[in-house]
Amino acid sequence: MDLSFTPAQDAFRSEARAWLSANVPREPLPSFDTAEGFEAHREWERRLADAGWAVVNWPEEYGGRGAGLIEWLIFEEEYWGSGAPGRVNQNGIFLLGPVLLEFGTPEQKARYLPKIARSDEVWCQGWSEPNSGSDLASLTSRATLDGDEWVLSGQKTWCSRGAFADWMFGIFRTEPGSERHRGLSYLLVPLDAPGVTVRPIAQLDGEAGFAEVFLDDVQVPVANTLGGRGEGWKIAMSTTGFERGVVLRSPGRFMATAARLVKLYRSRAAALPASLRDEVSRAVTDTEAYRLHTYWTVSHFLAGGEVGAETSLNKIFWSEMDQRMHRTALSVLGEEAELAGPWTDGFLFSLAGPIYAGTNEIQRNIVAERVLGLPRG
Amino acid sequence: MRFTFTDEQRAFQRAVRDFLAKECPPEHVRAMTTDPTGRSPKLWKGLAGLGVVGLTVPEEFGGLGGEEIDLVLLLEEAGRAALPEPLLETAAVGVPMLRAIGGDLAREWLPRVAAGDAILTVAMSGVTLADAHVADLILTPNGPVLPSDLHLERLPSIDATRRLFAFDGAGIDDAAFDRGALAAAAVLCGIAARVIELGATYAKERHQFGKPIGSFQAVKHLLADALLGLEFARPLVYRAAWSVATGDEQRSRYVSMAKSYASDAAMNACRASLQVHGAIGYTHEHDLHLWLNKATALAHAWGTAAWHRERIAL
Repeated sequence: MDLSFTPAQDAFRSEARAWLSANVPREPLPSFDTAEGFEAHREWERRLADAGWAVVNWPEEYGGRGAGLIEWLIFEEEYWGSGAPGRVNQNGIFLLGPVLLEFGTPEQKARYLPKIARSDEVWCQGWSEPNSGSDLASLTSRATLDGDEWVLSGQKTWCSRGAFADWMFGIFRTEPGSERHRGLSYLLVPLDAPGVTVRPIAQLDGEAGFAEVFLDDVQVPVANTLGGRGEGWKIAMSTTGFERGVVLRSPGRFMATAARLVKLYRSRAAALPASLRDEVSRAVTDTEAYRLHTYWTVSHFLAGGEVGAETSLNKIFWSEMDQRMHRTALSVLGEEAELAGPWTDGFLFSLAGPIYAGTNEIQRNIVAERVLGLPRG
Repeated sequence: MRFTFTDEQRAFQRAVRDFLAKECPPEHVRAMTTDPTGRSPKLWKGLAGLGVVGLTVPEEFGGLGGEEIDLVLLLEEAGRAALPEPLLETAAVGVPMLRAIGGDLAREWLPRVAAGDAILTVAMSGVTLADAHVADLILTPNGPVLPSDLHLERLPSIDATRRLFAFDGAGIDDAAFDRGALAAAAVLCGIAARVIELGATYAKERHQFGKPIGSFQAVKHLLADALLGLEFARPLVYRAAWSVATGDEQRSRYVSMAKSYASDAAMNACRASLQVHGAIGYTHEHDLHLWLNKATALAHAWGTAAWHRERIAL
């Protein structure tokens, strides 16, 4: 066990910190769930990419630096600590990217990854359907083969960033008569294709963070199939693509929130009840626990260990920690918490955490069944 | 950054687990609750023979010359087995105190400790002394004291395997206290792991409404939450062990994070496991109380979760 960073890792941290401190916008960008804010964030992503910071752990040929996971975690700590903008293309970078790297053909990697890295193409997810949320395998959107084209029909919904995104990845029923997890394929769908209708949906904060996507005989080349035909579920759920288990929400983001919470608390400590100090101390400990758990998991992975259902524990932890921290911040703000601002924005967003990326109820089932070995209900 | 244990450290942990499964099963722990001393010289000798008691004793004095990172996994095993012996007081706190004192005292006592011939205890807080009745040397901030020099008044403990005595004096220094709090956190992780396993096993066996109760989501989520607390406490405990071993300036901060988390994790795991067991878990004839009572004792000894959160500088 050695919990110190190498001189090279320290140098990497310094380099990232210096670039971010010189380049992070002084004023927050407008919300990326507005048309104007979306493009402002895309521009920021291009600046990141031009300087080589957009996707540090990807191979150099696709716009990355070939950095390791530890370096990636260091970068994330610096990124969020600097107050840099949210990542408008996080679905493309953190969710689709690792799957392309693992399952994509050389042509697919060359075609898609560089454009993700520069956010020339911003992606949304196409998982949920109106009647298929936690029970995703009940989905009914289908793709029928016609020569070299899939013909898609159906409806996807709750697609984050979908209102302004360029592309959507998702799973579709491609094998007629198939049921549940079988017969699904992972497809890449351009949202400007004829037959696609995108309807923005305002979220709790009133901005168009979601969209529903209607597919009416949309033609997509068979070459847009990621992985094998009928293998969509396996690819979407693959736990061998371990990176997805930790990269969705890196510790750096929550450490930055905790640091802001401590600063807020300190500025008002004298007037606050002692119980709030305990809550703030708990928030600091929670974020440190999450940070160490992530380094622990990554070290285990780098040493050749298997990481599977444990990523569900991660998801439950960060999403509930984020909510607790924001509620504590609102308590520290007191009556001022009624005024809209960064903390109320963050609070509303934190409420979504236990819902997206698989509800925490489903995650708890996964932990109980696959880690503790309890029988399926 | 390499946040893993070595194969050797894991192998030692497995050896201790196997040894305690055989030599310290629940029947033994239960027998110790009514035993006059509550301690087993045979078990202590066995642990010394494995190198556990003398793990932190320098090699020149017959120990293994290990550090907190080596000890922490073994303390988890002590918790898993609800081991009654004063391993925490002797190996985790007493030996490093003797090492720090050095000189003739260390030369005289450390070899005896490593051989399993002497037991140490320490003045934790200035209120209670654990295991003073079997200790050969008591370490206080004012120096070592022989048990014969003290009038030992036994105090009732919620954990019937824990023997506590009144102590009126100053508590040990911060460095020694941090070692004790770290060790208690490690033991609490072991307790949490065991009661979660007991709960999961029972939830698979116990049928109601024609199904194993573990198939019900309410039961699944109780145990999943217990595991969540444990799995996030462990890295904090290991980080604290590394801080103590390396003399990190953030030592007390990490120890407090570890102890507050492990205390809460163990208390929550015990509550969840008891709930899963239902009324049988509330009986004395079921073994669950052996861990539940030890968790309650250790969650509050060596600084409560709230006390440690208060110590974390903001």
